[in-house]
Amino acid sequence: MKKYSAFAIAREAARYHQGWERAWAKRAPKAKYDVIIVGAGGHGLATAYYLGKNFGITNVAVIEKGWLGGGNTGRNTTIIRSNYLQDPSAAIYEKARSLYENLSQDLNYNIMFSPRGVIMLAQTHHEVRGYQRTAHANALQGVKTEWISPSQVKKLVPIMNIEGPRYPVLGGLWQARGGTARHDAVAWGYARACSDMGMDIIQQTEVTAIKREGGKVTGVSTTRGDIACDKLGIVVAGHSGVLADMAGFRLPIESVPLQALVSEPIKPCMDVVVMANTVHGYMSQSDKGEMVIGGGTDSHNAYTQRGSFHHIEETVRALCETFPMLSRLKMLRQWGGIVDVTGDRSPILSKTPVDGVFINCGWGTGGFKAIPGSGWGMAELIAKGHSPLTDEFGLDRFVEGRFIDESVAAGVAH
Amino acid sequence: MSTRLQTKGRLVNRDRQISFSFNGKRLKAYEGDTLASALLANDQMLVGRSFKYHRPRGVVASGAEEPNALVNLGEGHRFEPNARATTTEVFDGLKAGSQNHFPSLEFDVGAINQHLSRFLPAGFYYKMFIHPRPLWKHVYEPFIRQSAGLGKAPDAETRDPDTYEYFHAHTDVLIIGGGVAGLTAALAAGRAGAQVILCEQTADWGGRAAVDGDEIDGMPVEEWIKNALQELESMKNITLRTRMMGAGVYDHGYVLCYERLTDHIGPSEGPRHRLWKVRAKQVVTATGAIERPLSFAGNDIPGVMLASAVRDYAINYGVSAGDRTVVVTNNDDAYRTAIAMLDAGLSVPAVIDVRATPDTPLIERVKSRGVRVMQGMAIAKVKGGKRVTGVSVCSQAGEGAVLEDIACDVVAMSGGWSPVVHLWSHCGGKLTWDEAGAFFRPDPTRAPLSFDGTPFVIAAGSANGEMDEGAVLADAYTMGQEAAKRVGATPKGAAPTAKDTAQAPLLPVWMMPQGASYKLRSKMWLDYQNDVKVSDVQLAAQEGYESVEHTKRYTTLGMATDQGKLSNINGLAILAQELNAPIPQVGTTTFRPPYTPISMGAIAGEAKGEIFQPLRRTPMHDWHEAHGVYWEPVGHWRRPYCYPQSGESHEDAVNREVVNTRENLGLLDASTLGKLIVKGPDAGKFLDMLYTNMMSTLKPGRCRYGLMCSENGFLMDDGVVARIDDDTFLCHTTSGGADHIHAHMEEWLQTEWWDWQVHVANVTEQYGQIAVVGPKARDVLQSLGGMDVSKEALSFMGWADGTLGGIPVRIFRISFSGELSYEIAVDAGRAQELWELLHANGQQFGVMPYGTEALHILRAEKGFIMIGDETDGTVIPQDLGLHWALSKKKADYLGKRAQQRTHMTDPDRWLLVGLETVDGSVIPDGAYATGEGTNANGQKVVQGRVTSTYYSANLKRGIAMGLVLNGPDRMGEQLTFLKTDGTAVHARIVDPVFYDKEGVKQDV
Ligand SMILES: Cc1cc2nc3c(=O)[nH]c(=O)nc-3n(C[C@H](O)[C@H](O)[C@H](O)COP(=O)(O)OP(=O)(O)OC[C@H]3O[C@@H](n4cnc5c(N)ncnc54)[C@H](O)[C@@H]3O)c2cc1C
Repeated sequence: MKKYSAFAIAREAARYHQGWERAWAKRAPKAKYDVIIVGAGGHGLATAYYLGKNFGITNVAVIEKGWLGGGNTGRNTTIIRSNYLQDPSAAIYEKARSLYENLSQDLNYNIMFSPRGVIMLAQTHHEVRGYQRTAHANALQGVKTEWISPSQVKKLVPIMNIEGPRYPVLGGLWQARGGTARHDAVAWGYARACSDMGMDIIQQTEVTAIKREGGKVTGVSTTRGDIACDKLGIVVAGHSGVLADMAGFRLPIESVPLQALVSEPIKPCMDVVVMANTVHGYMSQSDKGEMVIGGGTDSHNAYTQRGSFHHIEETVRALCETFPMLSRLKMLRQWGGIVDVTGDRSPILSKTPVDGVFINCGWGTGGFKAIPGSGWGMAELIAKGHSPLTDEFGLDRFVEGRFIDESVAAGVAH
Repeated sequence: MSTRLQTKGRLVNRDRQISFSFNGKRLKAYEGDTLASALLANDQMLVGRSFKYHRPRGVVASGAEEPNALVNLGEGHRFEPNARATTTEVFDGLKAGSQNHFPSLEFDVGAINQHLSRFLPAGFYYKMFIHPRPLWKHVYEPFIRQSAGLGKAPDAETRDPDTYEYFHAHTDVLIIGGGVAGLTAALAAGRAGAQVILCEQTADWGGRAAVDGDEIDGMPVEEWIKNALQELESMKNITLRTRMMGAGVYDHGYVLCYERLTDHIGPSEGPRHRLWKVRAKQVVTATGAIERPLSFAGNDIPGVMLASAVRDYAINYGVSAGDRTVVVTNNDDAYRTAIAMLDAGLSVPAVIDVRATPDTPLIERVKSRGVRVMQGMAIAKVKGGKRVTGVSVCSQAGEGAVLEDIACDVVAMSGGWSPVVHLWSHCGGKLTWDEAGAFFRPDPTRAPLSFDGTPFVIAAGSANGEMDEGAVLADAYTMGQEAAKRVGATPKGAAPTAKDTAQAPLLPVWMMPQGASYKLRSKMWLDYQNDVKVSDVQLAAQEGYESVEHTKRYTTLGMATDQGKLSNINGLAILAQELNAPIPQVGTTTFRPPYTPISMGAIAGEAKGEIFQPLRRTPMHDWHEAHGVYWEPVGHWRRPYCYPQSGESHEDAVNREVVNTRENLGLLDASTLGKLIVKGPDAGKFLDMLYTNMMSTLKPGRCRYGLMCSENGFLMDDGVVARIDDDTFLCHTTSGGADHIHAHMEEWLQTEWWDWQVHVANVTEQYGQIAVVGPKARDVLQSLGGMDVSKEALSFMGWADGTLGGIPVRIFRISFSGELSYEIAVDAGRAQELWELLHANGQQFGVMPYGTEALHILRAEKGFIMIGDETDGTVIPQDLGLHWALSKKKADYLGKRAQQRTHMTDPDRWLLVGLETVDGSVIPDGAYATGEGTNANGQKVVQGRVTSTYYSANLKRGIAMGLVLNGPDRMGEQLTFLKTDGTAVHARIVDPVFYDKEGVKQDV
């Protein structure tokens, strides 16, 4: 693989950019792989990448029914933070966040991780107490967060109205090293690195069946024929239930639409990410200048990647109230993705009833931030059978009642 | 130069001159001008700068598709960035300014980027700025951010003075687009008797036909439009709206329309925008078509415009874009521009037509007026910097060897037309590729489907791929009738007719000349605003970004404010060429609402400030307000947090209220408490399932404290249940719980136990509720008179109906403070009266109102749990020592089975205890008790946490409750709680009841 750098650009510019290679190879599927990953979203690609990087397993295919990164990875609002409440969550999200710090260098692909800081606003006394609890938990988990006053909030976000008549800002939980990254670049960067290790990224190919013999996986059927494998990782977010069904088990997952929108681009006016859970909305400004906005999930289950407009209204209302200067900006585009939500709002990274089949799903409204950590843990789980990062996230927790409830911290979709 | 013509202009009123300003210059316009036409009339072709290279940008289009002419509009609190000049109507006093340049539009230092463009190809930033890492955050990204954005950000303290509103409308047929197709479809549906709403995004009816058409039904198009409107206006079943855009089509015929009420007159009274939420049984999209640019080197220089726009400005506004217009085309339609220019007395040095030998009436007309038609030719490149000065002509077949230079100041280009399929596509309508027209058009066999699986969107006219006037009218009438039929009306009447002029087929040409070198390709713009060029799309394909979505995201093609209205088809045609695949196989990107950007204000509607969310007031709200309350928002309610007296801090006020309630008399507004009436022969059985306790055995006249768990066994709500009579229970929920517990009950009744005879009514707002608390509580009630409230008559956990001071009440003898306490329910309408009475009569007993914080402290002193503090969705009643509330007699209740799971019965759980700091200080909210060592992920091990922590003014020390590993077995043990600053607080494990352990005070 030819390295990317400013020098490479200068060199290629001289040849009218005719010399750039494909970012990832286009190969026909082989008959058999050691590991097949279904779903070339961020989590699937990261799983493949760390299988190769950390365990030397490179006879791997990532099979994607559409175009890589085209699921929620390419639709999300890219908030990255790790100030979760429960220990297992904080561990995996912080692992992810810290990997994000060096991911551009690691992948030799600028994924534009921007640790601009994330504020979670407290607008009720109840919320104040909740975030103070999170701050305490984070201090013990090794996650750097800080409780800040309303005036500090205002200083970080001058466009915010902290004295709204209904829900004045009482403070905020601030994670200075949280931020955003470029979602497509995360998928592309991982795909390029996987391809470079000799892995096959097979796009436009849908897995239609999972083959088993004696309770053990033997391969998959796809729209381009059958492919054999020793181990299978299912990493398909909103379609997890469908794939689990192919493997003959059920999941405690519901698929619901989550929507987002952007404004037209304006000159920079907000450098940090703000999340307001009481009023239900969050916002950041992209490097292009668009205000990137999101809110809550639809209450009905669906597979259509669009949602109902009243959610957009609620979200925009909440943000106009928090940032009154938005009122005369215009919404450029709205879209939706199908998110996979578990009862305790925590993901599933687990072995399954089928020997050799592993599943990674349930990231719901907030899994972009977890991609590197999830891939890291999932790779270990597939390679070694367990991982401290994933052990608590097994399917057995639903049987035992051992929930990792993040609904306190994940009151809003992000 | 561009200027105002002698000819009149269809849409402007030459009798009313108005003035506006651009970049501080005062300029003149006529009523009816758009900002774009007015700028052109004042020779202001240069209107902005592009996003990436800061290239000079001129007006290129005349409508919603405009990517370049975006301006900063207005000032102060009414400032709006990114306003599209081509759709902004000028009014007297309008102020506009250009965007994205420094220091000025004419001289912009950012323009240096265009000279670096070779080093800034598509996706360059993914390949650069990687090393060294810290530079991205501190140098590169801030630099990129500085150049981000187009329009200015509104001032941080902006408060939009305008108002916005929603309209809700139901109709049989909604027709979007008021061109001749929309009008015709409306005539068809209207004559059939269907209820119709017809909307048009501009201020004028008739669309393009008035510029391009010849005759309809034998009369001039303009006259036909007038007649059609007259007929439509005369029909009662038709609603007509201009300045109203169909913004988005959603599931089940839900359509958003965006009506701009005052933008064209400037600051004024009344709502600025109106968001229509239309439920239509059928939606007809008569949204017309948009002309495509052609890709030739220098096609972004100001003065290169869509051929249709050039004639629009001349015919509609009496404005010439320039003196010498070269037309470049791959179809016949653009010849109309040559004719329009000639009619306006302007010069057309040449028409450059890539096609070899077409010969049709339109071309003949142009030739016969002496215009040179150069066939098989192309533009090698456009000359000029901030304005076109000429074109170099080459042969389309070659590589761009220049045959001749032609001087001109406008290039009018036409690459054919694409139907506007956005609204068709929003809700899943599919497209099909039309070879002849080289465009995607709606595939009627794959229309968006409604809830019942039937199609609910119909495309009509040009939006449906019909490009000749006669065909448009016929199609639109048929589609209007089809819509009417689908809603059960009977079609009548006949379609208007027009004669089509014969046209030669278009030649799909996606690049000019065919064999253009890299150098030329890197100067062919596809996306003007985002600076995406032919070479960028080719690079994306070369690097494997082959999916059209990858190409879009890698190059940013079509991601600008126009969402690719001009660039998408051209871009994907280049991609298809590069991949050697047919265009339909490459496909389009997804069309997402809104069609053009709509204001956030309109989306938010009237909900802002005080009424941003519904405000729920208790009946005593005004009294609190008048007595210096400090409010706390609780859901949509406001509850008194405390009542600071003059000079008092909140903390002092709370302490005073706590002590006074214990010593004298406190009044609490408890009206927000949820009140659900559960009634019916099966009510007891139902509540036995919902609550962990046995409720069916409760005697009328008595109260019982109950717990409710989720299916997963976790505690979700608590409250006192009173049995009113055999069939009727009144369930109190937490304030926050009223609505969702009501919903929870309904869900079970409707989905699982639908055959049980139970009804639930939420009467939370029907009653005011006042807690009269403290040693003097009985005294004050007795002073009011009316009913016996003695211990004997109304014992602890009993209730009774009666009157107090002449007001009918229901009194519950329950206590959440451990004091003698009466909770009095009273009709909401008389609650404030009773409150005032209690307050007045209470003076002699030292009455003071108290708020939620005092309430919390009082209950914490007593070790009473609070949902949301001691519980967080992971806590089961057993954790809180509430075993006594879990019925052992009942076969089942919600949560029972879940509570038997292994983790729930784990002997090592965190259990409720009291915590007493060694030094008397208050443990910080949410602090954790540390354990030994670290876990597998390197996190410090913890063994408990604080759930409620307060300063108790009664005990004069910090008190707390918490959940601690095996807590009750460890009484007296000392724990360390770490603060976020790294220091520690030490606390002993104690009984959670701090005050009046025997409970004598409440039961007197
Ligand atoms: C609007 C929105 C906003 C969000 N905002 C944030 C945020 O700010 N921060 C954050 O951390 N998270 C956010 N999220 C969540 C985040 O996007 C997801 O959790 C994360 O991207 C999931 O990644 P994934 O790789 O698991 O799934 P995906 O990216 O969805 O990948 C799954 C892939 O599997 C493929 N697939 C499915 N079925 C098959 C099959 N049968 N065969 C082959 N392939 C198949 C799909 O095509 C898809 O590409 C948001 C989500 C949405 C929708």
